[in-house]
Amino acid sequence: MLEWLPEQISTYGGQIDSILYVIYYVVGFWFLLAQGFLIGFVIWYWKRTGENEDVPYVPARRYSVMAVVLIPGAMVLGCDLAIDFWQESAWAHIKEHRPEAEKRVKITAKQFTWKFQYPGPDGEFDTEDDFRTHKELHVPADQNVVFHLTSRDVIHSFWVPTMRLKQDAVPGRTIKGWFNATKPGEYEIMCAELCGIGHGVMDGRLIVHKNDDYEKWRNKQITND
Amino acid sequence: MTDFLTSYVFSLDHKVIAKQYLFTGLLMALLGGLTALAIRLQLAYPGVEIFLLGEIRPGLYNSLVTNHGAIMVFWVAMPIMLGFFGNLLIPLMIGAPDMAFPRLNMLSYWTFFLSAVVLIASFFMPGGGAQSGWTAYPPLSAQGVPWGQATWLLAVALEFVSVLMGGINFMTTPLTMRAPGMDLFDMPILVWMEVVASFAFMLSVGPLIAGAVLLEMDLVFHTGFFLPEAGGDPLLWQHLFWFFGHPEVYVIFLPALGVVAEILPTFSRKTLFGYSMIVWSTFIAAVLSFIVWAHHQFISGMDPRLAMPFGLFTILISVPFAVIIFSYIATLWRGNITLPTPMLFSLGMLGLFLVGGCTGIPLGAYASDIYMHDTYFVVAHFHFTLFPSIFLGGVAGIYYWWPKMFGKKLNETLGQLHFWGTAVFFCWTFIPLFFVGIAGNQRRISDPTKFESLADVQYLHEWSTIGLYGLLISQLFFFAAMAFSLFDSKTVNSNPWKATTLEWLAPPVPGHGNFETVPSVHRPPYEFNHPDHAEKDYWPQWEED
Repeated sequence: MLEWLPEQISTYGGQIDSILYVIYYVVGFWFLLAQGFLIGFVIWYWKRTGENEDVPYVPARRYSVMAVVLIPGAMVLGCDLAIDFWQESAWAHIKEHRPEAEKRVKITAKQFTWKFQYPGPDGEFDTEDDFRTHKELHVPADQNVVFHLTSRDVIHSFWVPTMRLKQDAVPGRTIKGWFNATKPGEYEIMCAELCGIGHGVMDGRLIVHKNDDYEKWRNKQITND
Repeated sequence: MTDFLTSYVFSLDHKVIAKQYLFTGLLMALLGGLTALAIRLQLAYPGVEIFLLGEIRPGLYNSLVTNHGAIMVFWVAMPIMLGFFGNLLIPLMIGAPDMAFPRLNMLSYWTFFLSAVVLIASFFMPGGGAQSGWTAYPPLSAQGVPWGQATWLLAVALEFVSVLMGGINFMTTPLTMRAPGMDLFDMPILVWMEVVASFAFMLSVGPLIAGAVLLEMDLVFHTGFFLPEAGGDPLLWQHLFWFFGHPEVYVIFLPALGVVAEILPTFSRKTLFGYSMIVWSTFIAAVLSFIVWAHHQFISGMDPRLAMPFGLFTILISVPFAVIIFSYIATLWRGNITLPTPMLFSLGMLGLFLVGGCTGIPLGAYASDIYMHDTYFVVAHFHFTLFPSIFLGGVAGIYYWWPKMFGKKLNETLGQLHFWGTAVFFCWTFIPLFFVGIAGNQRRISDPTKFESLADVQYLHEWSTIGLYGLLISQLFFFAAMAFSLFDSKTVNSNPWKATTLEWLAPPVPGHGNFETVPSVHRPPYEFNHPDHAEKDYWPQWEED
């Protein structure tokens, strides 16, 4: 079922995909096992009329009998903890730590659009040489982009499925995050949090340039301003 | 006339109040199901004209989504899983003549009824119904349609007050009014589940009622508790909401597990495996349910370091439930299984709930939740937890205890058709949505065709909608079975399923007061095929040695 995942174009997207695959196989195994016992018992012991004396009396009041379910329960716990600790490093890599910024961008969500603000040659936000785009986020490939995400009105969520990136935009807060897109091209940006009547049309485009193309595009923006 | 009013309308009898909850809940389920149909038609065929509603514009769509969720959780699941089962069965199962506080009980139902009226009124407010989702996240819920939203919040608050009053009965009655001889650990599992669910509800709802009052003040008096421009914090609401919202899931799910625990032993003629282990697991799960709430908020902007503890507790909570479900499966081992309608629904509940439980893992693992959060995968996941609980587990109970309510069984053929239609079409409706979510379709958008990357999944939306037609049509068998039983002249004795718990000692349709003499209890529940009792394959709690 995971072949339905969209194409993956960020440095950390592969980590998330592999977590999904591992969960799929581990949980899938336990699911089939439990479902197999459930369906198997029902079919096997269905309508054994006349064999009542065969039905054992097993209230499971002793630990040695409870072990029949406590041991599988402990094994489930083991699998759960293994998954949990293993995926923790991916979360820390994506959400807790930020690499050195090679490019920076301010993302402002508002009903029902996305605004992007880039620092000019001075490298600082909110100075005169900043330039802006609307609905289109331009980034170079293979560079760490640090974003400052906020919202002007209600809660939105910045969602780029191909980058496996999602982060809520909350008014009154600036949330920092990062990504590194690996493949040049155009990708869809969506809003993933109900934000009002325009929630379903709040789209945008992520445009990943090859390095030279990005510099060309950037210089053009700076001279235009 | 006064007789009619006191016996059927303003009755103090817990069984009449239970029926009032049941039929109000089923009527609201019809409303919830029709809102679902409107939502699914719009998703499969965007722009389609719908009977009475016309074209579903985004504002109306948001209102339908909001009220579908709220109705199904607060006005269907709560009255059926708590109001109906708790009221009907707690006094009967513990051998009590009624609830501890019958007048409070009646007030609880009528407050619930009022809340349903206020909810329906909220659709017709100037500007339309509430549009900010059943979770009502501010600032969105504090802007836009203030009258619809304010009325909706009032309805939710009234519903909580109603359940609070009912919950007092659900906690005090089993603790103080058990028949002589019945220890706490002789109570049927369903009674335990109602007690634990009531505790979970009562202890978690306070912060949300407070939050609802604050949000109401933001709306009506323009305060700013949740509004950043006035110094408030929108995330505060999310914490208050989910501190309640997660225990609420178990408030619905535990009674369903209780119903299944009553039915499995009866129809496998075998004692329940691990009674005390199940009760203790329930306690553990209920305690853990209070410290997992922020798993709904991994990407909400809260400190990312909080994900670790909340993710860990979330993963841990799967263990007590795994133990309970494994115990149920172990109960079936070497039983003498028959498959009448209540048993089919119970087994269906277990089988389909397993899908819901397992698909929770990629959401509780917070790294993969970055991708899955707020997609249709979440929608499919929680429908696979709540739907089996209410419409398979709950309905199993309706079939099982119908004879105790009306002295007749529901028609078996119609019941079997109802089960297979419901189970098959439920899967048909919701399995495609897992794929839709994996493909990246975000929740709560009214027109997936607006996004080119979602073009590939549009046919799955159509499939899902066709499945919903089947699911709704299958419910006609249920209504037919209930209507048929009105005219059915074939009555049953007091213990038609040959079960062991005290409700089956009471007369077929018990009058007010329930038992002719006070029953005494001699053994634990679910004593089937006991080695010391060879004359018949069940040994009821009330029979002397």
